[in-house]
Order: sequence, then C-alpha cells, then structure tokens
Amino acid sequence: MAATTLATAEGKRPSARLRRLEDERWLALVLLTPTAVLLGLFIAYPFVEGVLLSLSSARVGDPGQFVGLKNFYKIWNDSIFHTTVWNTFWYTGVTTVFKLALGLWLALLLNRHFRGKAIIRAFILLPFIIPTVLSTFAWKWMFDPTFSVINWTLFQLGLITTRINWLGDPDLAMTSIIVINIWRGVPFFAITLLAGLQTISPELHEAAAIDGARPWARFWHVTWPLLMPVTLVVVLFSVIQTFADFQLVYVMTGGGPANATHLFATYAYQLGIGTGLLSEGAAISLAMFPFLFIIVVAQLLYIRRVETR
Amino acid sequence: MIEGALWRRWVFYNIPLILFVFVLLFPFYWMIITTFRPDGELYRPWNAVNYMPFWTNNPTIEHILYLFEETNFMRWMLNTMMIAFVSTIISLFCGVLAGYALARLNFPYAGGLGTAIFVTYLVPQTLLFIPLAEIIRNFQLGDTPWSLILTYPTFLIPFCTWLMMGYFKAIPKELEECARIDGASRWKAMLYIVIPVAVPGILSSGIIAFTLSWNEFIYALVFLSSPDQKTVPVGVTSELIRGDVFFWGPLMAGALLGSIPVAIVYSFFVEHYVSGLTGSVKG
Repeated sequence: MAATTLATAEGKRPSARLRRLEDERWLALVLLTPTAVLLGLFIAYPFVEGVLLSLSSARVGDPGQFVGLKNFYKIWNDSIFHTTVWNTFWYTGVTTVFKLALGLWLALLLNRHFRGKAIIRAFILLPFIIPTVLSTFAWKWMFDPTFSVINWTLFQLGLITTRINWLGDPDLAMTSIIVINIWRGVPFFAITLLAGLQTISPELHEAAAIDGARPWARFWHVTWPLLMPVTLVVVLFSVIQTFADFQLVYVMTGGGPANATHLFATYAYQLGIGTGLLSEGAAISLAMFPFLFIIVVAQLLYIRRVETR
Repeated sequence: MIEGALWRRWVFYNIPLILFVFVLLFPFYWMIITTFRPDGELYRPWNAVNYMPFWTNNPTIEHILYLFEETNFMRWMLNTMMIAFVSTIISLFCGVLAGYALARLNFPYAGGLGTAIFVTYLVPQTLLFIPLAEIIRNFQLGDTPWSLILTYPTFLIPFCTWLMMGYFKAIPKELEECARIDGASRWKAMLYIVIPVAVPGILSSGIIAFTLSWNEFIYALVFLSSPDQKTVPVGVTSELIRGDVFFWGPLMAGALLGSIPVAIVYSFFVEHYVSGLTGSVKG
C-alpha cells in the first residue's frame, strides 16, 4: 500500500512537531484552527459588533454613541415594522405549507420507475440551482402589468377581463412573491423527500396492501411517519431561509408598494444601507434573531423527540 | 406495480408530472424567448392583437451584443467565477479538515463544537450584513473581491463541514486502523487513506458551494460599489435598470448567460449535486 511506503520513509526521523500530531487533541486543534479563525472573524465578531451597533446611534460616517435600547423601542412603535413582522410570518408560513405539500406530491410522482426519470429529475432542480436573482427577474418580467404573459393567459382562458396589476397592489404583490418562493423551493423539497422515500422499504407497503390498506391509508400510516425525520430537517432549513429571505422581495418590489411587502431583511437593508441609519438597520436585522432562535430550538427538540421514539 | 389501468396512470401520475415540469421550467423558456425577441415585439402590450407570447419570427442577438458592448458583463462573469472558485476552495479546505476532526477524533468539547458548527450553518447572511459591512470597511476590504472571498466561507464552511462529517462517519474505522498498524502516522492516514475515500463527498460539497456562491446576493450588493467589481447578479440588477426603466432584453440575456456556468457545472455533476443535497439534510 502506498501509505506503508510513505509511512516508513517518513517514519525514520519524524520531527517533534509531527509527532505531536499523533495526539488526537493536537491534531483536532490544528484541523479546526482555519475554520475557527474564519468563522470567528466573520460570524462571531460581526454578531457582537451588530449588537453594539444596534445599541448605538451610528449612521454612515458618524460612529454615534451608546443609546441603550432606544432603537428597539423605536422599531417596536414603527408601523412599517409591524407590517414587516406580519409579512415575514405570513410569507414563511404559507410558502412552507405549499412547498411541503407540492414537494411531497412531486416526490411521490417521481418515486416510481419510468423512462426519462433521471432527466426529469435533473431538470426539475433547475429553479433551485439557477441564481435566485436571475430567475426572479424572469418572473418579474412575466408579472409586468403591461406586458404580462400571465395576464394574457388568464384573459385567453376567460378568467379575467381587465389587466391585473400584479406588483402594484400590496396583497397581489405579496401573493406574487409567495408564488415565486414556492416555485423555487418545491424542487428542493421534492428531491430531498424523494431521497427519504427511497429509503422506505417497498415491503412495508406490500405488507400493508396485503392487510387491505388503501393507497391513502398506506401513505398516511406507513410513508408519512417514516418520512417524518427527513421532512422535519427539510422544513427547518426552508423555514430559516424563507424567514431571512432578501433577494426575492428586493427584486420584485423592493418592499413596495408603500412599504407593504417588506421582510426583515429588506427593511433592514432599506434603513441601514439605503438611508444610512446603520444602528436601526442592525436592530431590525437582529430582531430576527430571537425568532430564528426559537424556531431552531423548537425544531431541534422536536427532531430529537421523533428520532428517539 | 399497484398502479392499475392506463387511464389511471395518466390521470394520477403522468399529467400531474407534466404540469409540474411545465410550471417549473416555463420561466426559463421565457428568459430564452425574451433574450432573442426584438424590442419592437418585446414592448407590445399583452392585450394587443398581435401579442405573440410563445414564439418570435424575428430572432435577434442585439440584446446579447448590447450586454457585451455597453456593459461590463464579461467582467462580472469573470469576477463571479473567480470569487466563487476561490471561496469554494477555501471552504473545502477548512470544511474537510474540520469535518474530519469532528467526525473521527476524540477531543474535549467535540460535541459542543459540532453543535456550534450546526448553529452557524443556520445563520442566514441577512442577520449580519450591516455589521459585517462595517467590519469589511475597517479591514480596508470594501469594493474588492476579497470582501466576498473571505465572507462567503462563513456560510460555505459550516455547510461543507456538516456534509463532510456525514461522509467521514460512513467510512469504517478499520480502514484507518490498518494503515496505522502498518506504521502510518495519524495525519498521513487521514491524508492518504481517509480523504481519498471521501472524494465523492468533497466533490458534492464543492459543487454545491460553487452554486451557492454564484447565487449569493446581499453581501455582493452591500460590499461592492464600482461597476467593474460587481458579480453577475448585482451587476445585472444595478446596471440594467436605470431609475424606473428596465432594459428587459439585455436583462433577460444577462440572466440567461449568467445562469449558464452554474447550469454547466450542475449538468456535469447532477448525481453529486443530488447526493450532496440529500446528505445536507441528514441529521
């Protein structure tokens, strides 16, 4: 074996430093150092910095001073922030339900043997791998009130008689954004759930079928419980990504019309970078943290419970 | 199979599947058709009599030419490619080493560190972009590719580490022990025995990391300002929209061409991509 020759060649005079790597603790320390440095410098440090920033009155070009919880008090009474919080929860909740339902349906459709399955699976993932901003522009163009192909289609089908101003009306704009998020997320759900489905032994289904279970009962009592661990993790990732989403809203509406479609991230961007109120922007970003923290802890506890059952 | 008659197969499987594929792929078709549509047809209202959504009889490459002649598109492509490539390499290096340590070595606080990595895996970029922008400025990295090359690993390393831990855990301990009995030192065994076996995992993490960096938007939007430093998503957004005017032709051409490198990488490594994706959600 190659390693043997290498080892004997090296083994003649191992330097003191290399010998130290024989100790698992030293080796682990060395192996983890690059990661610790980068994550410390660009995650832990910014986090502390962000907390300090949110407690100050900093603006662009003005370091400001410590003002305590004033920024948080201000956003607490800010009606746009209230809309933002509501939007974020609505957006996350609705898209997650649809992504899970449609993704699971698509996964079940794909969990069979048929010709062209590999190609279809490869193509289905495209919405997920193509850069979000770029595909969102295609959607924005499709939703353009004057040139919309969607309006044309609905009109041809006789469903509408006048144009629909998709991005000009707050509710419709939010709905459009939700549709695009679902479109982008379904492939991820489908492919990961498909992998989960493939680990379920077909014998279980056959046994249930022999016992007289109808397809719906087989799904509900065999597939769904066995798929639960994978489902939970997929949902966890999706919820966090959706909750903290920025790109979709930034491209589609920029938070408009009249600040009606902001999410945490876009509102933080508008205040922090757009108008230069760094401290308030940082406070809005950080306001996501407790929500994210609760979501993560709740999901992790639930996952642990399901896994130990 | 338990599927039954032909009509049932169509109603319950084939037609829904066709609908899914149609909806999932239609925006890309729209991107392509818009790229090649002349302006005269492009700006024809949807209720005009001669609105022809799905085809064009006068294909043109003027939008693509505009992109290369009037904007820095080529530069953005090279920037994005370089940034994605270097940050992927850095993240793989860190992620493979850290993944190995966390999956296969016994040391104090191993469990705690594993959890810490998982938590950073869940930190979204939008949580820290404002303080990070300040830090980037203080480090004098603003408006340089380094601002992204060094910050992208913050979301790529946790991902790579997590994925690699899964792959490393699946490699039997005996493999390493054999080499150790033959006299290989611990780090030689890691470098020449364990890591080569984990190459499929490294490839998967690398491909996903590459597509993730290509997709990243908010850091690039905030950290970069001059037109020739931008990445494709930011350049397309900021240079092809002037005020309220959208240059839809070049915009769609940019979206199409900007997607091609990712699509090519993906098409070569579909299986690795899928196995990485499914590996990333395993607890």
